[in-house]
Amino acid sequence: MINKLNLKKVIIIVLLFVSNFAFGQNVEMADVMRANGKIYVVVAVLATVFLGIIIYLISQENRLRKIEKELREEN
Amino acid sequence: MLALKWWKILAIILVLYSIIGGFLIDVPKLSILYETIRNTYFHVTLWFAMMLLMSISMVYSIKHLSTPTQQNDLIASETANIGLFFGVLGLVTGMIWAQFTWGAFWVNDVKTNGTAITLLIYFAYTVLRGSVEDDEKRGRIAAVYNIFAFVMLILFLGILPRVNDSLHPGNGGNPAFGNYDMDNTMRMVFYPAIIGYFLLGLWFVDLRIRLKKIKQKLTAE
Repeated sequence: MINKLNLKKVIIIVLLFVSNFAFGQNVEMADVMRANGKIYVVVAVLATVFLGIIIYLISQENRLRKIEKELREEN
Repeated sequence: MLALKWWKILAIILVLYSIIGGFLIDVPKLSILYETIRNTYFHVTLWFAMMLLMSISMVYSIKHLSTPTQQNDLIASETANIGLFFGVLGLVTGMIWAQFTWGAFWVNDVKTNGTAITLLIYFAYTVLRGSVEDDEKRGRIAAVYNIFAFVMLILFLGILPRVNDSLHPGNGGNPAFGNYDMDNTMRMVFYPAIIGYFLLGLWFVDLRIRLKKIKQKLTAE
């Protein structure tokens, strides 16, 4: 059912939105944090956590696949 | 490792991209919002993913009414379940965001209240499914209710916030995707993130459907 969804079309439409940059006014943002380079630490941690969750998800997927295979062989 | 389906790999890449790009790519400098504008990549995308999942759920409910199959019923119920999960996450993240921009966790905003009602309607859907023993009957009743629930979702999240005043962008005359709130740089992260979370949701749905099928096989033996 999922493969039927025409995702490629959606992705192409999304890519069409990619274009130029915009400049803001003088509002105080977390520029210091970015200038120090410390924000990268946060991003690295978040990315690691996310990937950890994904690896767990994939291991569950593997386990499920094994059970499915066993059931198929039984029948 | 194993050969994951292409859309699952795409889900990982897109969500990872939204985490990295969401923090590092420049955002419009707006007062009140400041850096919290980046929540758009995480909070708003959850809602979009939820609405896409609920739409699929509704379509499969209609399908189930015209041709009742176990597969149609399974897809309809599990997409609604995962949609509800995303909805709860969206509500909680929204409350955190509201506390620091609007000043309170719950501000009696039309959209926020509408969301709460919508989620309750979908909770009732899961309760309804749990309360009917007969498979065929459950499928049919749940399908009819699910179509009603989706109409309510459109009403509470799509229509009422627009005819009344709401603090949410895009409602009560506020611009949503206009130049004030989102520039093209933000869209570069925002749209891929929606697709990423949507695909991640479909992955959960996929796992749950397969688990249910195994369970049915085991009980049938």
